[in-house]
Amino acid sequence: MKLRNKFKFDKRARQSLITYAMVIIAFVVVQILLATGSMTSLMKGLLVPLCVYAILAVSLNLTVGILGELSLGHAGFMCIGAFTGAFFSKCVQDVITIGWLRISIAIILGSAMAGLFGFLIGMPVLRLKGDYLAIVTLGFGEIIKTVVNVVYIGRDENGFHFSIKSNMDLNMTENGKTIVKGAQGITGTPKDATFTIGIILLLVTLFIVLNLINSRDGRAIMAIRDNRIAAESVGINITKYKLMAFSISAALAGSAGVLYAHNLNTLTASTNNFGYNMSINILVFVVLGGIGNIRGSIIGAVILTLLPELLRSFNLDNLRMLIYAIILIVVMLFNSAPSFIQFREKVTAVVKSKLPKKGGVN
Amino acid sequence: MALLEVKSLGISFGGLRAVDNLNVSIEQGKLYGLIGPNGAGKTTIFNLLTGVYKPSDGFITLDGVDITGKSTIEINKAGIARTFQNIRLFKGMSVIDNVKIGLHNGNGYSTIEGILRLPRYHKVEKEMQEKALELLKVFDLDSEAETLASNLPYGKQRKLEIARALATNPKLLLLDEPAAGMNPQETLALMETIQFVRKHFNMTILLIEHDMKLVSGICEELTVLNFGQVLAQGETSEVLNNPDVIKAYLGE
Repeated sequence: MKLRNKFKFDKRARQSLITYAMVIIAFVVVQILLATGSMTSLMKGLLVPLCVYAILAVSLNLTVGILGELSLGHAGFMCIGAFTGAFFSKCVQDVITIGWLRISIAIILGSAMAGLFGFLIGMPVLRLKGDYLAIVTLGFGEIIKTVVNVVYIGRDENGFHFSIKSNMDLNMTENGKTIVKGAQGITGTPKDATFTIGIILLLVTLFIVLNLINSRDGRAIMAIRDNRIAAESVGINITKYKLMAFSISAALAGSAGVLYAHNLNTLTASTNNFGYNMSINILVFVVLGGIGNIRGSIIGAVILTLLPELLRSFNLDNLRMLIYAIILIVVMLFNSAPSFIQFREKVTAVVKSKLPKKGGVN
Repeated sequence: MALLEVKSLGISFGGLRAVDNLNVSIEQGKLYGLIGPNGAGKTTIFNLLTGVYKPSDGFITLDGVDITGKSTIEINKAGIARTFQNIRLFKGMSVIDNVKIGLHNGNGYSTIEGILRLPRYHKVEKEMQEKALELLKVFDLDSEAETLASNLPYGKQRKLEIARALATNPKLLLLDEPAAGMNPQETLALMETIQFVRKHFNMTILLIEHDMKLVSGICEELTVLNFGQVLAQGETSEVLNNPDVIKAYLGE
């Protein structure tokens, strides 16, 4: 009895290990492909974005799958992280010349700032539920993006100058340099993001999220998701744990933003990268990977990012978005249509009976 | 001094007086019943006692501490735990995790310790695992510790809810219609469970029930409500023979 419980207790730890292993294997495979030179430049360019999207999907899953609240403003937190990180790196470009150190500090600052905003926005917003919460987070996401678009920050020998009107209003001396240039964003951020840093950041994100879920706090968060009234009746502090999950999720999105910013020369806040489109994209990764399934989020993000590019390389450029949409619908059906679920269970049963000892697929 | 002291408790929802001038006093270790026809205000009283509703007037003291108008969380920490009429388990979580949520406040480590898996995490988690298993064993649920709570049969879900409430280490346990939806055999088994809980944990229990057999079988004292008012109060046998009570339940 005791032995069985110990074995069961370790089951979650084993599941986590499989997830880490999956990421590490992917890293090794990519390194081999890079070393043998069998990777196209298109694919090379996708490596860092893949890490960014995987981190975003994992962090959003903390809000959507574990806390059980629908947030449509995730790209807003990514935006905060991206601009904080890029701003920092631009400022210290000449002081700290070691790339990995610079981006590490930028990641810490960016995620702290995004986490802070997550906390501040979460306080009023998390009183709402369901669709209302989704709409308000969507609004906040857009507000963040829009505000970033009108901010001008410059620096000269007198220090920092700030304006929300135009470059001229910064009133700098002639040595002054504009760092954030309104709608033109930040240009010339050092390209510190590498695939290795991306994978390390993804592993750190997984470590935080998986360990949080399998701890006392994670249980409290899931209890709120499953039954708020019952959670309150056993003394769980609803506000505290909702805010905790939301802020951590925001902070991790911020770190993905920093990585994203350090992969680009020019960082601007447009609808496609930090707006509604991006938030929905991340949500699609999470939904298709399985809500509450952290490993699935990574797989979902990777497949759905690679898919359009692969279709492009197969000369199916015209049909690209059509095929993408069809695949989305099929996966959706596969995940939730009753007849598909029955079919899947049948297959699982057959496979299990053929593998009497291990009972493999899960 | 009584463990739970309720004095002239009342609540109004707009013009409706849902509970009016309720006085109840429950001694430590008693099994107290709250009965009444549908809509008499029984569950409202539970919601008042657990802080879901704030009383319009009156006082509630638990073990000498005033808990009137406190939040649900504070009241749980003060020592009142409850179950629900329509079972409210954490359905997506395992049976043992449901109990561990009950143990949440009594066993702590910080978020950082949890994420970084510092020694305290392992120590406290091990203690929680042992305590939770012990509680599950009492309710004969230990063999299903890793089952999803929603996959348990109905009777066991009721038991799990009681186990979860007991995990918060309460002084007073409130059971809201524990026999609802049970057949006679299950009700009989439940009566035994409640008796056992009371002895094993030396627990004071207040329960709401419709099932007269259960009420007359295990409750020592009763309060009968009708339209938010107390109809009769006292020893079970006396109360059940009270002509007003018979009238309210069976009609004239």
